[in-house]
Amino acid sequence: MKEILSLDHVSYTYETEDEKPHKAIDDVSFTVQDGEWIAIVGHNGSGKSTLAKLMMGLMYPNEGKIRVFLEELNDETVWEIRSRMGIVFQNPDNQFVGSTVQDDVAFSLENNGVPFEKMVPRVLDSLAQVQMEEFLDHEPHHLSGGQKQRVAIAGALAMEPQMLILDEATSMLDPQGRDEVIRVVDDLKRAKGLTVLSITHDLEEVLLADRVIVMNEGKVMMTGKPEEIFAHGDVLESIGLDLPFASRLSRELRKHGVNIQGEHMTEKELVNELWTSHFNK
Amino acid sequence: MLEKMIFGRYVPGNSFVHKLDPRSKLLFVFLFIIAVFLANNTITYALLLAFTVLVILIARIRFYFLFNGLKPILFLVVFTLLMHFIFTKEGALLFEWKFIKIYEEGIRQGIYISIRFLVLVLMTTVLTLTTSPISITDGMETLLNPFKKLKLPVHELALMMSISLRFIPTLMDETDKILKAQLARGSDLTSGTIKQRIHAVVPLLVPLFVSAFKRAEDLAIAMEVRGYRGGEGRTRYRQLAWKNRDTFVIFLFAFLVAVLFWLRGGN
Repeated sequence: MKEILSLDHVSYTYETEDEKPHKAIDDVSFTVQDGEWIAIVGHNGSGKSTLAKLMMGLMYPNEGKIRVFLEELNDETVWEIRSRMGIVFQNPDNQFVGSTVQDDVAFSLENNGVPFEKMVPRVLDSLAQVQMEEFLDHEPHHLSGGQKQRVAIAGALAMEPQMLILDEATSMLDPQGRDEVIRVVDDLKRAKGLTVLSITHDLEEVLLADRVIVMNEGKVMMTGKPEEIFAHGDVLESIGLDLPFASRLSRELRKHGVNIQGEHMTEKELVNELWTSHFNK
Repeated sequence: MLEKMIFGRYVPGNSFVHKLDPRSKLLFVFLFIIAVFLANNTITYALLLAFTVLVILIARIRFYFLFNGLKPILFLVVFTLLMHFIFTKEGALLFEWKFIKIYEEGIRQGIYISIRFLVLVLMTTVLTLTTSPISITDGMETLLNPFKKLKLPVHELALMMSISLRFIPTLMDETDKILKAQLARGSDLTSGTIKQRIHAVVPLLVPLFVSAFKRAEDLAIAMEVRGYRGGEGRTRYRQLAWKNRDTFVIFLFAFLVAVLFWLRGGN
């Protein structure tokens, strides 16, 4: 297993003039291995967006070190590191730079000086990977939110990144758009062994992750597999996170005296538990 | 109302004019605007008008579509025409009714100026109708490239332009949304004195500006993260190809100017 990203006792404090300094990230350490899908969850103000900015090198930590692709993130390495990671942001409109789908996908290639002859096949290939190849000449305002986010993913893929960061990439989408995006990322991860780091407050998205990091008030609160995390449902709810629907329903059912066992994270698991629940009696 | 405006809009097509390189089109329109001022008699103005009509025919733009889209500008043309009819007081008196006196020179001047105006508007509209904004930007960037030596930030200007064009529909949607939100809260934009109406626009503009700044910030971050570091060392995805037909257009322009000079009345 190769290390892709590591945070070593990282802290970051926002300096404001009128208020007292606000410690947004407080002594955070974790490591992401090659090919993992990591979800970082937390409520607003938990420090997860600050964490995202630190990982992209938009700001540097006050204390501690961030290492990406085994190199320390600093002013000299930041551009090289960015060219090897793809990032998809929250608002589909505000990250669409090109006037058409293909221009937008080519944007990071242009920035990194990829010659024209190599650009064309890469743009087409990346769009094919997110099933958007038919929309080559479409303008952004004729696309749905989910389609725009898929274009953003294609734009990231064009640089053949080793890691894909989804910074709340599905939070502004309708359920259908969200499913589209999650499905595309899931397929990519399976097909290419891409390392995915998704920063989210949607616990449904978390179910796909190999490992979950729960953030609260700038600190890492819990780390573990999704099922381990959901076992602490009450804690998650107490820090303002919504449990997946199936999980909530199963809790409620138990409260009302329905005899079911274990944690149910997806609808299918819950349905299976329910229709078999009287078999063993 | 805004959907009908075609000034500055692009309609994809496959005509000769559509296929031209944006550089040749831009150069042509720019020089044509200057050349329009060469006309000074009936035959040269007629030539200009005929030429413009020909270009519209070649570009396969329907006249009805053009007429409909340019209505507000045509109104301006008619207005100039009338102003000239009424206020130019030279030549023989042709018509008199109460205080309105129309002179021969007034009619002539009015028609000339209107044709000039019309030809300019039509030509630039044909340019924008047949060239996608991104191609126009690309064309501008390459045409202005020599000015880089004079420290003109050509790449930055072109990028600014293409981003502005890209965000027009986004901001339009946003304005529409804010407008509806404010209407739902009982704001009234269509009645009252002018002062009241201007006051009613403020709650429309403030949120629009706030969100535009937010967008700009997000966009800047997205661009930086995707490796944007200015024009230095950047390659281009859009390649322009100068073909024989583009050279032909430039020759056509030279020919047009020659004919204009030849037919032009001396003074």
